[in-house]
Amino acid sequence: MSNPLSRKSWSPYLVGIAIGILSWFAFWSANHPLGITTAFEHTAALIFQAVYPPIVETNSYFDAESPKIGWEWMVVLGVFLGSLLSTLSSGDVERIKVPQMWKDRFGSSVALRFTVAALSGGVMMFGARLAQGCTSGHGISGNLQLAASSWLFSVTFFGAAVVTAFLCYGRTRHV
Amino acid sequence: MFDPIWKLLLGLFTGIIFGILLQKGRVAKFRVIVSQFLFRDWTVVKIMGTAVVVGAMGIYALLPAGLVSLHIKPLVWLGVIAGGVLFGVGMALFGYCPGTSVAACGEGRRDAMVGVGGMLLGAAVYVWFYPQIQSVITMWGSAGKLTLPEWTDVSPWLWITGLTLVAIVAVLWSNRRRMPSLGTDPLAGQQHPT
Repeated sequence: MSNPLSRKSWSPYLVGIAIGILSWFAFWSANHPLGITTAFEHTAALIFQAVYPPIVETNSYFDAESPKIGWEWMVVLGVFLGSLLSTLSSGDVERIKVPQMWKDRFGSSVALRFTVAALSGGVMMFGARLAQGCTSGHGISGNLQLAASSWLFSVTFFGAAVVTAFLCYGRTRHV
Repeated sequence: MFDPIWKLLLGLFTGIIFGILLQKGRVAKFRVIVSQFLFRDWTVVKIMGTAVVVGAMGIYALLPAGLVSLHIKPLVWLGVIAGGVLFGVGMALFGYCPGTSVAACGEGRRDAMVGVGGMLLGAAVYVWFYPQIQSVITMWGSAGKLTLPEWTDVSPWLWITGLTLVAIVAVLWSNRRRMPSLGTDPLAGQQHPT
């Protein structure tokens, strides 16, 4: 058998089981649920702290939270490195600016795609912080703990995403 | 400002495994994410559903032994609902979620790299307006760190058994015309490109 890393994809069930086991490991080894967006929040707070120190006195965020480069920050860095490793070993490189599906619907303008990517990425992150979690923190870690907040978040975000996707792509039939 | 070095390395290791799994699971791809919301590709639900069922079994099995503790996010009604709506709309337009966008950067996807920059801005807006946001999202109150077993006053294992049965039925249903291939090669995912 060839090296599994050189495969372009694995069974979604195998990946799901492995992420489930990885979450046991995260809870057991670091006493932390797997999550991504807290690291972004802490990074933004650290940048504010560095460029505009008075914010620490005036913004109650810094009373409630102590932003740091910690376990969660390294998880995000690790996700990038792990994906890079997986991509390079399988040749599944996608150096694209505009995904094909987007191009078919909205045209090949790089400026449009980049603008929407930046804005929608920002809206997504803002929503994640309002709800205190994302597809990892709520969708996987929270749901597996049977947290009521996470199940409500998951149903809500999935519903909103389905409506948005059908409004944007519902008419394209060639996929 | 920094966690101890062992904890940083532990996070890095955990993240690398997570990143490999997200990339091999094909969820770092715009088309796979958006097609899930159009009900044309069930990869996202398969991965998240399996992870939740397997994860729940382990965490609730380790809990009585004191090897893990729960980290439940409070059910702040307006925060969770408004956050969920914004998150869903943003994710459908962006075509990646926070974790998979970082993994998509590893694949070289330029639009994901731009979006990750936007995500940092979104986080900055949240931090800057934190005091005002807190007073708004708590307007509808909070149910606290509530779990489904607490809410329904039953054993967590009843919920886990129920979820497992739902997952098994869903897998059998989705494979009803492809039974011979089920389980023969766990490393073979769908091969169609993005």
